[in-house]
Amino acid sequence: MPQPFAELTAVAAVLLRENIDTDAIIPSREIRAVAKTGLADGLFANWRYLPGRGRTPDPEFVLNKPACQGSRILITGENLGCGSSREQAVWALAEYGFRVLIAPSFNTIFHRNCVRNGLLPTRLDSEAIARLAAWVIEDPQRHRPLVSLANQRIVAGGDSWPFEIAAEAREALLEGLGELEQTLKLAGRIAAFQAADQLRRPWAYEVGSPNGDDLND
Amino acid sequence: MPTTLFEKIWNAHLIAETSGAGLLLLDRILLHERTGGVALQSLREAGHRVANPARVFATMDHVVDTRPGRNSGALGKSANPFIEVTRREARGAGIRLFDIDDDRQGIVHVISPELGIVLPGLTLVCPDSHTGTQGAFGALAWGIGSTEAEHALATQTLRVPKPGTMRVWVEGSLQRAVTAKDLALHLIGMLGSAGSRGFVVEFAGPAVRKLDLEARMTLCNMATELAAFAAIIAPDEATFEYLRGRPFAPAADLFDRAMRDWQELHSDPDARFDLEIQVNASEVRPMVTWGTNPQDALPIDAAVPEYSAVAGRVSRPAYERALSYMGLKAGQRLEELPVDGAFIGACTNSRLSDLRRAAMILEGRRVAPGVRAICVPGSTSVKRLAEAEGLASVFERAGFEWRESGCSLCFFAGGESFAPGQRIVSSTNRNFEGRQGPQTRTHLASPETVAASAIAGHVADPRQGLD
Ligand code: SF4
Repeated sequence: MPQPFAELTAVAAVLLRENIDTDAIIPSREIRAVAKTGLADGLFANWRYLPGRGRTPDPEFVLNKPACQGSRILITGENLGCGSSREQAVWALAEYGFRVLIAPSFNTIFHRNCVRNGLLPTRLDSEAIARLAAWVIEDPQRHRPLVSLANQRIVAGGDSWPFEIAAEAREALLEGLGELEQTLKLAGRIAAFQAADQLRRPWAYEVGSPNGDDLND
Repeated sequence: MPTTLFEKIWNAHLIAETSGAGLLLLDRILLHERTGGVALQSLREAGHRVANPARVFATMDHVVDTRPGRNSGALGKSANPFIEVTRREARGAGIRLFDIDDDRQGIVHVISPELGIVLPGLTLVCPDSHTGTQGAFGALAWGIGSTEAEHALATQTLRVPKPGTMRVWVEGSLQRAVTAKDLALHLIGMLGSAGSRGFVVEFAGPAVRKLDLEARMTLCNMATELAAFAAIIAPDEATFEYLRGRPFAPAADLFDRAMRDWQELHSDPDARFDLEIQVNASEVRPMVTWGTNPQDALPIDAAVPEYSAVAGRVSRPAYERALSYMGLKAGQRLEELPVDGAFIGACTNSRLSDLRRAAMILEGRRVAPGVRAICVPGSTSVKRLAEAEGLASVFERAGFEWRESGCSLCFFAGGESFAPGQRIVSSTNRNFEGRQGPQTRTHLASPETVAASAIAGHVADPRQGLD
């Protein structure tokens, strides 16, 4: 179950690119195990390491800069998390240490994956992001934004911006609720719905097969 | 109240409503080895059971070897665990698995319609972003994450924030050698890669009606690149014809009964959509992408744009980064770009009709020297049918590699890839950096355009190939 999130003041990394896709966040070849962990090392691998040089860090990449060590907030351009639905992208970000993502917009599946894993995706408009990023870049270790989910605000230097987040996502993040456990409590209602539905749409339930039932063969 | 097709399906599956989200009943859950195994495994480890294994189907497609004469393993050792875990977990949970050597194996979005797993009016999910492909049958089909897949498997439901509705009305008809893929790229170029974010997109209008089911799938497949929540097309006679008699579709009497229900599955005449777009199919030309996002699509006779032409859409650094990654300069004509690779396959364009149309261009011709050309049928069934009707030998005589089915070089998972710096014309759906291998340069196009380009040795207009 995800950890509850209330408020965080932390070092932010600025990566103002648009359309950062999930393959950039965690390249497919970095997903080696059937597991939700062991992914942080592959985070942004194509950008973070020098091409053809194994794991030699590219000093130009933001996460490799000494000033950005310990980043827990990531600030990006729009359409963050587009592309493949792989949840490993979110697991990798979380394992690396990120708790908050700030972007003008997010891919829908990616956004849902973030919330489900206790990672707070916050939307700010591009202008606010430009200001925020400029302030952070001046001195990342000292200029740490405060992100409050309880107040739905980001405070940075002299600025303070409200951010949008859907009520359900906010609630889930604040309480660290596991959706599955919640839904399992509704098992009776789900069963009753299906019993009635099966009379209306039997074809949705009778899943035939060519030679009788071949389950488990 | 007049309602949209999407709302009809939504309402029929709505168990409960909570702040802004609906708890929806799921009719079908599909899994593949890349994301399905981990969901099944962690569900079991958390002590939960799969609620209705009979309504769950799994296949092996993403990391399987597609080289001729493959065995039951993956391509590359690193991918083996995904296959093994999926095999073990599917068996343990009592889920039907179409394994590598199964006649029914193939890319999940290709085999589901082939087998009649997807049906009109159903809700269907898969931890895969191109699940919307199956909306071509009038189902509400969408891609989910792994944690959502666990929820789906354990409860047969999902909590879904209600998406908005968008209709793309397509007038006219597509010209010769212009396909659903070109129409899709045209739309993505027009609306941008976030043009349908948060919407279920209904494709409708005379040009959509004229598309066969395989072309409708291509169109819906690409709606993912508009960031759509899902794509959907109202079912019609062609849909019913396609599905009748498929292995997992309802048998005779039940099919007729279902069909009476399915005939009601369309948006009411005065239903309101949150957003409506109109395009004319007659104006669409063969399209090809130049950059590293599907929205970088242009008619094939165009040139790489100057920044001023795309300034409203991307920042200058992003534009310059795309040009440098693709090894291009503004003003270069797309048709003159020499290619190193040609790929026909993927859930976008790997069905029998795709291969037939490409074969018409390849017939009696040879791939240009130095071009590596590969065709990967979308399913084992497509492969066999293509072999039976002689398409395979057309591909092979032209110099194409003829493969076993799977996702293959659509995406790079550490196994096979094109070489760094190579330029590939590809019938896939994504041209992101590194998608087909580190530093590879992908140009998206229709199978016809891929075939014509493979022969010419440069990006080429398929209309000339047919003359
Ligand atoms: S063919 Fe490509 S896009 Fe389609 S499901 Fe496979 S990897 Fe994804």
